[in-house]
Amino acid sequence: MAKNIIRTSGLSKTYSIGEVEVHALRKVDIKIDEGEFVAIMGASGSGKSTLMNLLGCLDQPTSGEYFIDGHNTSNFTQNEYASIRNQKIGFVFQGFNLLSRTTALENVELPLLYDRTHRFNDPVKKATEALQRVGLGDRMHHVPSQLSGGQQQRVAIARALVNEPALILADEPTGNLDSRTSVEVFSVFQELNEEGITIILVTHERDFALFAKRIIELRDGKVIKDFAIKNRLEAKEEIKKLKEDSVLQDQEN
Amino acid sequence: MRVKNILKVAFRSILKSRMRSLLTALGIIIGVAAVVVMVAIGDGAQKQVEDQIASLGSNLIVITPGASVSGGVSRGMGTFNRFTFDDVDKIKSEATLITGVTPVVRSGGQVIGGTGNWFTQIQGVSPDYLEIRSWKLSTGEFFTERDVLARSKVCVLGSEVAKNLFPNDDPIGQQIRIRNVPFKIIGVLTEKGQTSVGTSNDDIIIAPSRTVHERLTGGRFISSIQVSAVSPSQIPRAKEELRQIMRDAHKLTQGEDDDFTIQDQADLATAATETSKILTILLGSVAGVSLIVGGIGIMNIMLVSVTERTREIGIRLSIGARSSDILIQFLTEAIVLSLAGGILGVALSFGVAYILNNYSNQVANIQPEIIILAFGFAGAIGIFFGFYPARKASKLNPIDALRYE
Repeated sequence: MAKNIIRTSGLSKTYSIGEVEVHALRKVDIKIDEGEFVAIMGASGSGKSTLMNLLGCLDQPTSGEYFIDGHNTSNFTQNEYASIRNQKIGFVFQGFNLLSRTTALENVELPLLYDRTHRFNDPVKKATEALQRVGLGDRMHHVPSQLSGGQQQRVAIARALVNEPALILADEPTGNLDSRTSVEVFSVFQELNEEGITIILVTHERDFALFAKRIIELRDGKVIKDFAIKNRLEAKEEIKKLKEDSVLQDQEN
Repeated sequence: MRVKNILKVAFRSILKSRMRSLLTALGIIIGVAAVVVMVAIGDGAQKQVEDQIASLGSNLIVITPGASVSGGVSRGMGTFNRFTFDDVDKIKSEATLITGVTPVVRSGGQVIGGTGNWFTQIQGVSPDYLEIRSWKLSTGEFFTERDVLARSKVCVLGSEVAKNLFPNDDPIGQQIRIRNVPFKIIGVLTEKGQTSVGTSNDDIIIAPSRTVHERLTGGRFISSIQVSAVSPSQIPRAKEELRQIMRDAHKLTQGEDDDFTIQDQADLATAATETSKILTILLGSVAGVSLIVGGIGIMNIMLVSVTERTREIGIRLSIGARSSDILIQFLTEAIVLSLAGGILGVALSFGVAYILNNYSNQVANIQPEIIILAFGFAGAIGIFFGFYPARKASKLNPIDALRYE
């Protein structure tokens, strides 16, 4: 039986906007095991961003409990949340969120600079390995403005990987990328997942959700569907298809 | 977060925007340089005043004839000239706390010789004069005790007189006539510059006291006696000793007032030093204001920078930075900037001081204390004005910060 990475029970979040109370999440119970690749889906306003913030320890629930890698986060202080973010979670954002004018290597090294456990002796070596893992070993000293969108997102993935987190949280990771590059990024995610890393993907595009192994669908702050994907897409296959398509197009031209 | 990492993060941020960092530090650079240079100028002025006083002879004691009192009515300073060569000889043989004594016999008049004529003052003194006034000869030699006793008609010119009468020639060995009495020039004094009242020290002719006394003043009394004490600290005791000798010489009985005045340079020196100290404080505080303005500049830029870097702060928080890490990062940036500004400011002040000392009359004297002070002040300004922006940065919420455009 696989270990629970994430378990929530009765997780709720209510925002007060003036006198109006907005229930962004209503009693969400989910469990995610180690090694899973879950896509959280839903239209805008469904609460998926709120859930993402709660799972990422960026925000605290109004009520309910959240366990990550065995830790109950209910009574955590801000510093403990920061430590969890540093040690257990790797974020990949839609807008890449890399530090500008900072080399890929320094960007990837960043989480290690805030590490308080002294798990890693050689941050530079660790960061170099993470970049090599996402195929950017030759772009380490480039700054974000010298990299393409897909490369920037791969730097962000390397940054998420570098502190050996329990899970990677990806929030619309391909929202700013074209479909070809998106598929390439998903192939990186699938590779990492095959190596045993738990990935949670937040997206509103069903096409991309199919690269995951399981889909959790939200509506109005509640889980309405939770199922395993039968006909899962393989990103590598898709890349091949795209290549064949372009070859065909070239021939037609 | 380890200190090494804190510094790494702060330095990377500073170097990422070099221009802005330089402009931020500029306020501190100018402020520190201004403080150091201003205090150095004040200090240099103080030193100049002290040197000037020392050039008078810091051990100098001057005995002037006092007001004679007849029937309780003072007739004013110097109304009764009654110093004689006997007084001088008595001081010379009895005083123990002095290194030299000279009578000063003042005269003046038209001097003819060399290329023309010149009106100047003539002082008749003893061979001790040079030592008492800490003066030196630039060429030639000074007269001796034998010249004094022999009433030799020799003289030594002040540099100003030498320049005017002998612009092209060597005056040594030449004859001049002072009020029609021929004198042979045996030496020229070094240049001493201005007196404290603005007249030239160098517009003078020095000759043996008895020669001047008998040939030029017609045997009048000596106008003053100048003495040098063995050391500045012995001045008060030397003064007391001289007073007793003079009272004895003038046969003053107990209860009779002194008929002379004994003065030294100490009073003048203290007053002048006080004045230049106040000048230093004034200059320093004006410059200090510019240092504070520089600090406000740092705060201003840091505040803008916090807003501009909101997203960066969000990224840092999301990957596990604590709010204290953010606080320390921004505070460190502010301190590093102001200390770097301090270093460059001190370097700049050395440059300015070098220019002042070599290409102007102003003397700038940089002391190590003021460098340490200005440096410490710069660091304190970094902490003080960096804290508010840093705190603002650390209070940001990660979600809002990440969404910030």
